[in-house]
Amino acid sequence: MDAIVKSLRKAPPTALFGMLVILFYVFLAIFAPVISPHGETEIVGDQFEPWGDAFWLGTDNLGRDMATRLIYGARNTIGIAFVTTCLAFAIGITMGFLASTLGGWVDQLASRVVDILMAIPSLIFGLLLLSIFGTSVLSLIIIIAVLDSTRVYRLSRAVSQGIVVMDYVEVSRLRGEGLWYIMRHEILPNAMAPLVAEFGLRFCFVFLFISALSFLGLGIQPPTADWGSMVRDNATLITFGDLTPLLPAASIALLTVGVNFVVDWFLHKSSGLRE
Amino acid sequence: MSMDQTAPEQREVLVEMRGLRIEGQSEDQWNEIVHGVDVTLRRGEVLGMIGESGAGKSTIGLASMAFARPGCRISGGTVTFDGMDLTAMPEAEKRKLRGTQIAYVAQSAAASFNPAHRLIDQYSEMPVQHGVLDRATAETDAVDLFRRLKLPEPETIGFRYPHQVSGGQLQRAMTAMAMSCKPDLIIFDEPTTALDVTTQIEVLAAIRDVVEQFDTAAIYIAHDLAVVAQMADRIMVLRHGNLVEEGDARAMLANPREEYTRQLLSVRSFRKAATGDAEQAPLLKVEGVTASYGSGPKVLDDVSVEIGHARTVAVVGESGSGKSTLARVITGLLPLSEGSVSYKGEVQPPRLKDRGRGHLQTMQMIYQMPDTALNPKQRIREIIGRPLSFYLGMTGAKREERTRELLSLIELEPDDYIDRLPGELSGGQKQRICIARALAAEPELIICDEVTSALDQLVAEEVLKLLQKLQDDLHVSYMFITHDLATVRAIADDVVVMLQGKVVESGPKDEVMTPPHHDYTELLLSSVPEMDPDWLTRVLETRQARG
Repeated sequence: MDAIVKSLRKAPPTALFGMLVILFYVFLAIFAPVISPHGETEIVGDQFEPWGDAFWLGTDNLGRDMATRLIYGARNTIGIAFVTTCLAFAIGITMGFLASTLGGWVDQLASRVVDILMAIPSLIFGLLLLSIFGTSVLSLIIIIAVLDSTRVYRLSRAVSQGIVVMDYVEVSRLRGEGLWYIMRHEILPNAMAPLVAEFGLRFCFVFLFISALSFLGLGIQPPTADWGSMVRDNATLITFGDLTPLLPAASIALLTVGVNFVVDWFLHKSSGLRE
Repeated sequence: MSMDQTAPEQREVLVEMRGLRIEGQSEDQWNEIVHGVDVTLRRGEVLGMIGESGAGKSTIGLASMAFARPGCRISGGTVTFDGMDLTAMPEAEKRKLRGTQIAYVAQSAAASFNPAHRLIDQYSEMPVQHGVLDRATAETDAVDLFRRLKLPEPETIGFRYPHQVSGGQLQRAMTAMAMSCKPDLIIFDEPTTALDVTTQIEVLAAIRDVVEQFDTAAIYIAHDLAVVAQMADRIMVLRHGNLVEEGDARAMLANPREEYTRQLLSVRSFRKAATGDAEQAPLLKVEGVTASYGSGPKVLDDVSVEIGHARTVAVVGESGSGKSTLARVITGLLPLSEGSVSYKGEVQPPRLKDRGRGHLQTMQMIYQMPDTALNPKQRIREIIGRPLSFYLGMTGAKREERTRELLSLIELEPDDYIDRLPGELSGGQKQRICIARALAAEPELIICDEVTSALDQLVAEEVLKLLQKLQDDLHVSYMFITHDLATVRAIADDVVVMLQGKVVESGPKDEVMTPPHHDYTELLLSSVPEMDPDWLTRVLETRQARG
């Protein structure tokens, strides 16, 4: 605990800022029903009401409260992105570690499959798969997780290839340890630093990916509040010089910047670089 | 012996360091690592620096060109070279000095050469860059130096790439490179530590010859007093950044003043009590084993070895002789292609995954580099406790108690060490933890792969004594893979000498170590440096006499 406090105190201001941003978003996501003035899908006023006393950020194209939608958007978009990233890492790390530990045909097969998946631009591939399997939240999560796990696979395979050749892994093999013990207790703890840093970055990409899909109408479906689709739905306002449609976009940008600040700091720390 | 016949103590002072203090950075703090050391080196003199790792010998050596490694800084004292005050000199001028007047030869020549350029290109780079010589002259000089350093085919060897010559040749080419600008001072930083004994002797002889021929002053850094004794006129013994003792090489060897120097001198005196011949049937029997990596050449060719109950079999040979491969075949990491490995009369399946847990438990391994043999993210409790629960099914308090017992057995205080990570231990302590981990499985045979070669000599000796004590108490057998004949003398009952994948000679220690020897055993034995300043000269003369 002391060590955590100590390293926090030494963290650069950018990292502290990033952490504050993330905490703020998490707070919004968790307490959305308590904080927001109205219900998520409740129609409370006219279309496109301006900012004012009744609705401090105005209303959207259907007359729902913009501030409420933004808060719920944090919950939905971040929640789905987080679950997706976790799943992508579970798949990617498992496959990557298996490939590097077993080698041989397992490695060949997994790596070539990943090559094929990576050869297709992921947004187009994602659109294709989503139109085949439908746009439920579950299929959204699984499809993006699988597509994204290819990048995690590449990284975790590369990292663990350097660890597998260490004598302590050989010691475990000689002891007769199973694959799971070797991957979980010998490789994973030593691969943690780059993987955690990658987690932050991947989370941003997944988050942007979901927003992009939503913007295109294939992501999170209405009436669920989501920042990507909120930009699209209110896009017409921009032609009247109203900044409201940029608010969800700004929320996305702020979170991405915040996460990246924290990741940068973490990478810096774990790689042992000094100024 | 030098060209200048003046006695060394009357010649001009080349390097003078007064009250040298150096600080090193760790965790944003500066700690002093060299605490005010004085060094004087005269022209044409060879100064030996000796001490264990962390003694500050390399740091002081580098300071003689007013250079501090990244993360270090010279915090006090003066460095004078050839009458110039280096501490006050601007960096640009110091850089000119380095390379032309002061040169440095590092421990690993293989890592110091750029693999993408030919040796001669790298040789010429410095003199041409500094404008001392033109390219053609530099190349002629190189051939001359290669010849003096007794490199084979001196006219053409320079046109090879670093990977095309052997480690010993590379180290000599490195020395040639350092000599290229005819410097006044060369710093040799453990130039032979990474080499086999048989190669080391050639490099030592070559370095000594050229340093004498060119009357170059040198600082020779090593951790092996016997090696330094061959090279140096004067020796400084360092410890923890302080000077322990300084004096004329011969005088110091004959009559050391300090206790620490005496310990260094007697470092190879440990001997195991003599044992008789092996009784009973052998524990492990390796018969006619042939093995290779992939479809490559045979790394082991018809190798047979027997290891008796509670005995120590030393497998000796230089790098590439196949001794570590033999361990991999015995453990099943590398499946053999011919022959058999039998344990207590039962032939074992060649592959590791086909062997049962009960068999794996009986054979444990200890590695050369304790740094890579311990998972840096696991605490000592987990490292030693895992084999206990894995093989013996121990859990909870029982496992904890046994872990503590094992720690006491390897002479580490359980309360202090059980919660530590490997990074919080010294090299010798790490190796002890590796021993404890092997013992936790309650094995009958422990394979020790160069377990002492990464350790300082005094620490290595402690580890050997510990292993011997454990054998006396627990009656385990050891297969001791080593290139160091001093270790063999200390601990072995039986010796197997390997060369290029074949067993050249094997038998009880006394038989192998006393004449008449096989030619190769003779070469190995005579190449081990002795604590006698005339040893190198004597060996070279004997070899020359035989042709």
